[in-house]
Amino acid sequence: MKSSRLGAWVALAIGAIYFLVPLIGTFEFSLRMRRDQYSFDAYAIVFADPRFQATLGYSVMMAILTIIVGIALVVPTAYWIELRMPKARPLVEFITLLPLVIPAIVIVFGYLHLYNSSSFLPFTANERSTDVLLVCSYVTLSLPYMYRSVDTGLRAVDVRTLTEAAESLGAGWTTILFKVIFPNVRSGILSGAFLTFAVVVGEFTMASLLDRPAFGPYLQLVGANRAYEPSALAIIAFIVTWASMGLIQIFARAPKGATAAADRTT
Amino acid sequence: MPFLEIESLQKSFGAQTVVHHFEMTIDQGEFITFLGPSGCGKTTILRMIAGFEIPSAGIIRIDGKDVTRFRPNQRNVGMVFQSYALFPNLTVAGNIGFALKVAKRSTAEIKSRVEEMLHLIKLPHLADRYPRQLSGGQQQRVALARALAGRPKVLLLDEPLSALDAKIRVSLRSEIRALQRQLGITSIFVTHDQEEALSISDRIVVLSEGRTAQIGTPFEIYNFPNNRFVASFIGTLSLLPALVVDARNGRLSVDGQDVVTNRPLNGAAVGDAVTVALRPEAITLQPQSENRNNLDAVVEEVGFLGSVIRIRARLNDAVLSLDMFNNPNQPPPELGARVALSFSQDDLLVLDAAVAAA
Amino acid sequence: MALSAQTGVAVAPGAPSSILDRISWSWLGLAPFMIFAILFLIAPTAILMIGAFQDSAGHFTLVNIQNLFQPSVLDAYWISIEISAASSLLGAAIGFLLAWAVVKGALPGWIRPTVLTFSGVASNFAGVPLAFAFLATLGRVGLVTILLRTFTGFDLYSTGFNILSFWGLTLTYLYFQIPLMVLILAPALDGLRTEWREACDSLGGTAWHYWRDIALPVLWPSVFGAALLLFANAFGAVATAYALTGSSLDIVPIVLYAQIRGDVLHDQNLGYALALGMIIITGVSNAGYIWLRGRAERGRA
Repeated sequence: MKSSRLGAWVALAIGAIYFLVPLIGTFEFSLRMRRDQYSFDAYAIVFADPRFQATLGYSVMMAILTIIVGIALVVPTAYWIELRMPKARPLVEFITLLPLVIPAIVIVFGYLHLYNSSSFLPFTANERSTDVLLVCSYVTLSLPYMYRSVDTGLRAVDVRTLTEAAESLGAGWTTILFKVIFPNVRSGILSGAFLTFAVVVGEFTMASLLDRPAFGPYLQLVGANRAYEPSALAIIAFIVTWASMGLIQIFARAPKGATAAADRTT
Repeated sequence: MPFLEIESLQKSFGAQTVVHHFEMTIDQGEFITFLGPSGCGKTTILRMIAGFEIPSAGIIRIDGKDVTRFRPNQRNVGMVFQSYALFPNLTVAGNIGFALKVAKRSTAEIKSRVEEMLHLIKLPHLADRYPRQLSGGQQQRVALARALAGRPKVLLLDEPLSALDAKIRVSLRSEIRALQRQLGITSIFVTHDQEEALSISDRIVVLSEGRTAQIGTPFEIYNFPNNRFVASFIGTLSLLPALVVDARNGRLSVDGQDVVTNRPLNGAAVGDAVTVALRPEAITLQPQSENRNNLDAVVEEVGFLGSVIRIRARLNDAVLSLDMFNNPNQPPPELGARVALSFSQDDLLVLDAAVAAA
Repeated sequence: MALSAQTGVAVAPGAPSSILDRISWSWLGLAPFMIFAILFLIAPTAILMIGAFQDSAGHFTLVNIQNLFQPSVLDAYWISIEISAASSLLGAAIGFLLAWAVVKGALPGWIRPTVLTFSGVASNFAGVPLAFAFLATLGRVGLVTILLRTFTGFDLYSTGFNILSFWGLTLTYLYFQIPLMVLILAPALDGLRTEWREACDSLGGTAWHYWRDIALPVLWPSVFGAALLLFANAFGAVATAYALTGSSLDIVPIVLYAQIRGDVLHDQNLGYALALGMIIITGVSNAGYIWLRGRAERGRA
């Protein structure tokens, strides 16, 4: 027993070194801009860069739209399956797993081929419609996370009984969906949402190939041309990811009963 | 010489002591049941005997050998778990033969022993199945065979029937008992189900909050509970306040009516308040007769349970339950009817004053 | 109201025409999702798969598939497979040890949630910023490189190591591969019941027996399945590799990226075949993952 605990500490210590050293290294590097002393100059330059603000703002906007569209698409679908179409579950689950199978670069390649300006649905013809396509591509990428977290939440609360109880009390469809179902899967939706946010904000492949001014391509551009700013950006990106994950933890814990039930079913 | 000796066993987790000075000796071939509510320490004692918990103090001897500090795999003790704990990657035969395989016995020996065990548990056709393909009852029988295959000195069963359906629970418990008798193996069975304990044990250890409340045969435990905890935990018992009228002749006053008990008064003197107890099956609605106690009461509730009808009857300030056998020719009394409750002077228990007050 | 009436009818026999109505209504509820999936997932993929079997004039051909077997393309696949295999095997092995330490290591209670949360962050900290982090740490002027040279006189780059090379990229990928493994494996390790260990002990078995006969046979589908998922994860990754190596390392996703940007293969349809090859490889490893996960879940039930 003693030796296995020692082994566990050793494994943990090695893991901690591997995961913390790059963060420390990056942070240290980001402070090196002045020749003779550490400074936050790189951060100052990054924050002052209008393209930083513009691209980050654009990506945050895209992320929020992705989350809204994703929830609007996934929650009713998962609810409908749970309640009315359990036999469609394997099919829908399979589809939601496909974005893990098909690399993002392949999907966007398909978009460029299918929705070019001379096609029947010319999404890429102008900037606004390309934005729409980008949001839809992000919703596609986030399907595996979104669907799974919502589905787990729905299964944990026994929506069928809840729906029947609400109906027997005289509730209509909208009341059921917004007053009964959404609140009960809130933590599932929120964890899916923050995960989506973390993935979308720094996304590179889709945005770059659809040629939109997003944060990911901006990062890449800075990385190719500057020395110290990329490290500062990496630290900022890491903090954004941490914040999203931290929020997942907070919201996942909120209704204790629901998460405990979810843990049992998974 | 006793086969399994436990001397002042103690276990504390941090500041909390869950087993206090547990003492017991068990003979070879005995079937002992640890009975008590959850958290009474029964499983902890079992796990100390198995070697999964190290006692904070005390000694455990199996067959004369002090095993207190032995690792579980050096004790040769068979264990059956509530959750079966069959190895999911091994077949039934693989599970049953595991102890022999670990002990590096020959393939032929393992094979014949596994077959023998499969016949013993009446599942000879399931050797090649995997645990997930078996019902709960079958899984637990395989777990039993697995624990017995290596010919352990002691068989430990940790609530082995709790996860099963009521019907299988009853049939499997008599099967376990029959198998235990046939093999003559010393066994300790942990349960919180008093009916289970009464039906299969040679002796029962009733535990409460880490202490022994009583050790005795099922007959003793049921009929002569030492204290209020045992009395109320086992079977249904009506408790009534009483005053001692005549200590020498066992005359008491219950609810202002005179009764007599042939049971010891546990040192209570004239004028003392005591608690008396009655089993539902000891009371009848027969009219008065010699050498029996009678109490006048009003029928408050009639519950039809099938073969038995349970009646709650009210005295002035106490309620007691009685059972009568169902008889189509004799309908139960009406609600509100006045009845005379009759019971033998031997059946009126006087509970230990000190324990009753606690 | 509408709901209970409809489910009632669907079960009851005797009104065949209305049952048909109801069934199609049920499917209609899935229509938004299905239309979305077809538009943005299935059709774009399908059109590439079809394109892989067409020439520039739209006629059926196998030439594109044949052209995949030219040395430069094969090399790209081969390097991709090597990097994905190295990062998934190492990630699976290290992730396994780490998950074991966290779940079964009897460490203080705060360790597990901390490590799992961090794993959630790190497994999503892929892409461009991750490349920056490793350049800043192990690049030619990175912190670790400099510290090693200053304090031990050891020149990392004299060993032939280069963060822009095979091992550099593998080491970088491990930063999201290991945490992903921890996240996938933690529930599987939770599924290893303490009673199995105790049963093995009481039957006379040692730690060696437990590992060889029970724990590893029970766990291997989860471990191997997760390694396949890691493989697919690494195989499809573009951003990290592109930001780290630019185009100095010809792995398939980067070749495809360059092809999309500027038709470097000078053959649109060969590009489609390249994409098809990626789907097949990630598809096979994902299918393996799903199959093994099913096996693992059945075994635990």
